[in-house]
Amino acid sequence: MNLHGIWAIYRFEMARFGRTIWTSLMVPVITTSLYFIVFGSAIGSQMREVSGVPYGAFIVPGLMLLAIFSESILNASLGIYMPKFTGTIYELLSAPLSPLETVLGYVGAATTKSVVIGLVIFATAHLFVDLPIAHPFAMIAYLVLVAATFCMFGFAIGIWAKGFEQLQVIPLLVVTPLTFLGGAFYSVTILPEPWRSITLFNPVVYLINGFRWTFFGTSDVGVGISLAVTAGFFAACLTWIGWIFRTGWRLKS
Amino acid sequence: MANDPILSIRGVSKTYANGPTALEAVDLDIQRGEIFALLGPNGAGKTTLISIVCGIVVPSTGSITVDGHDALNDYKQARRRVGLVPQELSTDAFESVLATVTFSRRLFGRSGHSAYIEELLRDLSLWDKRHAKIMTLSGGMKRRVLIAKALAHEPDLLFLDEPSAGVDVALRRDMWKLVHRLRDRGVTIILTTHYIEEAEEMADRVGVIAKGKLLLVDDKAALMKKLGKRELDLTLVEPMTAIPAELEEWAPTLENEGHTLRYVFDATGERTGIPSFLRRMQELGIAFKDLETSKSSLEDIFVGLVEEKR
Ligand SMILES: Nc1ncnc2c1ncn2[C@@H]1O[C@H](COP(=O)(O)OP(=O)(O)O)[C@@H](O)[C@H]1O
Ligand SMILES: [Mg+2]
Repeated sequence: MNLHGIWAIYRFEMARFGRTIWTSLMVPVITTSLYFIVFGSAIGSQMREVSGVPYGAFIVPGLMLLAIFSESILNASLGIYMPKFTGTIYELLSAPLSPLETVLGYVGAATTKSVVIGLVIFATAHLFVDLPIAHPFAMIAYLVLVAATFCMFGFAIGIWAKGFEQLQVIPLLVVTPLTFLGGAFYSVTILPEPWRSITLFNPVVYLINGFRWTFFGTSDVGVGISLAVTAGFFAACLTWIGWIFRTGWRLKS
Repeated sequence: MANDPILSIRGVSKTYANGPTALEAVDLDIQRGEIFALLGPNGAGKTTLISIVCGIVVPSTGSITVDGHDALNDYKQARRRVGLVPQELSTDAFESVLATVTFSRRLFGRSGHSAYIEELLRDLSLWDKRHAKIMTLSGGMKRRVLIAKALAHEPDLLFLDEPSAGVDVALRRDMWKLVHRLRDRGVTIILTTHYIEEAEEMADRVGVIAKGKLLLVDDKAALMKKLGKRELDLTLVEPMTAIPAELEEWAPTLENEGHTLRYVFDATGERTGIPSFLRRMQELGIAFKDLETSKSSLEDIFVGLVEEKR
């Protein structure tokens, strides 16, 4: 195991995040506060409880995942896209690193940043609402799992992308809409049919509900299914990345 | 083991997915501690060959071993031993010089803390700039950074791809000094160039490559001797049938049915032997009406080889 190599990539990526640390941390604080001012006060006053949870608290898991999805994809994709773009990837490709080691470095660093941002949102939300957590260990584990999954997804997107525009296409045009439609700010049980059944085809529903269960102990769908969907997506990303390294697709000519 | 080649390339070919055949069945052995120049015009396949050895490009066929380790199956062992200074100036922008060189050392599996890095940066006149961001450096300094990165993990085999492209005199001088110091330490160096003078100046052995084919590999000294030969052609007034014994010392030959007396001399030698040869001719009363020298420099041979293969 080339531990020095993994550490080198991890440090390099963390240094890259460090250069924009204040923006990176202020954005989630401000956005979360805005959500609470708009949704929590304006809408929340009309809609006091969802599934027995105060509305302000109810939206916190969705808010955290919304940020984690886009941050994970963006940070991890940029991490591998930039060396491709500037040409410095020659060094990575010529280094004695296995695919697993390379992914551990890049995805590990991006996951760290995503988890930190998730926790910043959590802390900010804490200033506005009471947030009891039913299953704290499961909550942290789920947070890390989802962040790592989307960072792997982002890593693969960074290798796939042929331009900066393509880096943004998936998070902005696919993931964020699916998150809004996937019950980040409402319970899918309030939807009328057929929208309710259609919504259940959206995988993000399961991710959000699984995470919500770790907070409140209740969920629109079974926790087992949530975990299975998350694990399935994790496995799919892992397979994709494994295939990329085996074939050298868009990495080596 | 010491006599095993440090790099062994067997039957390596490369055809790019949407492009030309960049390499055709290249076989090459590089000996430990030598400086080898891969000489060829642009597009010959030099960068492709280097990239395949380093694991950046996947070969279509063939196999490579570095220090006995297969570059595909045992890539970790193989790659640890190799350092590459690429042709393009590809660097990070925001990293400091020290950080990027330390990064390279770690990436290749070594601990980042080392007196070696300081020594390396001093050797390359980068120590004073160690905290500078790479993007603030000039092109020449960036090239030095790339050399430091390639040497950071103390490789046994160093590739320099077009080392003098866009390089100023000071860096060139420093670079050659460094190359010789590295060689003294036992590092094997392979450089690519399309300048004959560079191959001549630097290398122990030269391989000529054109159109993806390795045309010839020879010791530089032997090659230069071959290539440094000049011919003096004397067109005689009276044709000759045999070389007079008095001229044997110069071993001339008769060409053109005895009308031309040819003397081959070494233009790089201290003495060409021409004045004494002509004096002896005069003493013997052999008259000539024309005199011509032709050279067969590395340049001509090189151009000839490259054209021949078109
Ligand atoms: N990534 C690539 N895709 C397609 N063709 C390439 C690629 N890289 C190099 N080539 C082609 O392969 C040939 C050899 O190129 P290269 O190895 O860069 O030559 P050199 O380094 O000797 O100038 C050229 O015809 C070049 O156009
Ligand atoms: Mg080249």
